[in-house]
Amino acid sequence: MSFLEKHKKLERNLSLLFVGSLVAVLIGGIVEIAPLFYLKNTIEKVEGMRPYTPLELAGRNIYVREGCYLCHSQMIRPFRDEVERYGHYSLAAESMYDHPFQWGSKRTGPDLARVGGRYSDEWHVQHLKNPQGVVPQSIMPSYAFLASAPVEIKDIAKHLKVNKIVGVPYSDEMIENAMADMAVQANPDGDTQGLEERYAKISIRNFDGDLKLLSEMDALIAYLQMLGTLVDLKAYSQDENLR
Amino acid sequence: MSNDKNKPNEIDEATGVQTTGHEWDGIKELDNPMPRWWLWTFIASIIFAVGYVIYYPAIPLIDGSTMGISGETNRSLLKQETQIANQKRAEKFALLDKTPLLDIQKNDALNRFAVHGGKSLFKVNCVQCHGSGASGGPGYPNLNDDEWIWGGDLEAIYTTIAHGARNGEDDDERVSEMPAFGRDEILNRKQIASAAEYVLKLSGQDHDAAIALQGAVIFEENCTSCHGETGLGGRELGAPSLADAIWLYGGSREEIISQISTPKSGVMPPWKARLGEGAVKQLTIYVHSLGGGENTKVE
Repeated sequence: MSFLEKHKKLERNLSLLFVGSLVAVLIGGIVEIAPLFYLKNTIEKVEGMRPYTPLELAGRNIYVREGCYLCHSQMIRPFRDEVERYGHYSLAAESMYDHPFQWGSKRTGPDLARVGGRYSDEWHVQHLKNPQGVVPQSIMPSYAFLASAPVEIKDIAKHLKVNKIVGVPYSDEMIENAMADMAVQANPDGDTQGLEERYAKISIRNFDGDLKLLSEMDALIAYLQMLGTLVDLKAYSQDENLR
Repeated sequence: MSNDKNKPNEIDEATGVQTTGHEWDGIKELDNPMPRWWLWTFIASIIFAVGYVIYYPAIPLIDGSTMGISGETNRSLLKQETQIANQKRAEKFALLDKTPLLDIQKNDALNRFAVHGGKSLFKVNCVQCHGSGASGGPGYPNLNDDEWIWGGDLEAIYTTIAHGARNGEDDDERVSEMPAFGRDEILNRKQIASAAEYVLKLSGQDHDAAIALQGAVIFEENCTSCHGETGLGGRELGAPSLADAIWLYGGSREEIISQISTPKSGVMPPWKARLGEGAVKQLTIYVHSLGGGENTKVE
């Protein structure tokens, strides 16, 4: 029973017991979490995924600020009922530029992972202003104030920079032009050539129907209309990514 | 506290169980064995875990992870489930694909399949705008009635659902744009007000006859090319009828003036790219069955 005798030492020494439990928990954590960072198959190889445009990123910040994730998930799980309702299941690649990700854990409202292009901009404006006007059973609160709130534009380049530090491939050019890009995405009459070159598959239009003000509504709708539309799912092979 | 390795631990008199040899202030600890059921459950769960790790994908390696002897993952299970579900429906969907749109309703069973499938598709994809009873709302047309903006025969409904309207995504989308007579200063305020008065007259509402008479001229010059001479509308251009009590953006004087001066127009996503041919056919049959479906093409 010499092993048990040695174990007694551990049981009787608080600091040693603490260190021992810490080591045990760390091993568990490393085995479960660390492989996700180095395994190549964690993030699927896809075509079309790009960093968010400045306006979309600002919209995303509003999404986080207003706590949309508390009621809306952005994670279509690979179950038939979900796939039939929301579309193709979410890929890890689709949230690889999310810091932090918006998978959510509760669906009081529907999943939004593929809400992009599903409704018109006008619908989104109406719905955000008065959700019950279009969906009578909805319990979502009104976000009418977004339409009159000017979106914070001055610090957007910093947001891009910080994202770059944590691994989002924003180029120097993107950061340099962030402010202009942000304004012009909601202005179809502006000079959008550079913006279109920098960001593929981009929607350029006035999202909230009010050209005079670049509002938080513009940003949020630009973000929502992009969700789930970037990755080319036709080029994605399900069989190569079974996991 | 005493703990002598060489001395056998003392037997407790009251229970006959050996003590652990630990003693604190005269209190001794009995050395009862673990309950058997607990011990076996513990051992069984360890054995189960080993089997689990071998059977399912589990152990991270350098370039991936073990796939397990089952090869089963959530994604592969989904694929199987979808295949099974699709197989069950395959016959019906094949028939639906093969049958020309206009002949679906002639086959009772197929028609029922399309209506029921369309109904559930409608609940998932369409109710957000058109309402759960398809009765629409401000800006979203009612699909139960006889008034159609882009046409109410099967082919017209199919085109509208498949390609949508003014979404900028589909080459065959429904497009038309009403000029902003006020915002773009095509007409002045007075002219717009009188045209609105004439529209009130067309739709049989209370109006000022004298102003409406002036409005008739303006209507004639600016509106008839799309909305028709009698305001009945034109489906080629998605121009709604103005001569009835059905309004997309409201039929009051103020609402009509606002619509003439800075018009709103509906946007609908293209559903064929998202849902596929079979689903669009089902939706078409369902919407057609709601009550307003037309059997011949009406211009």
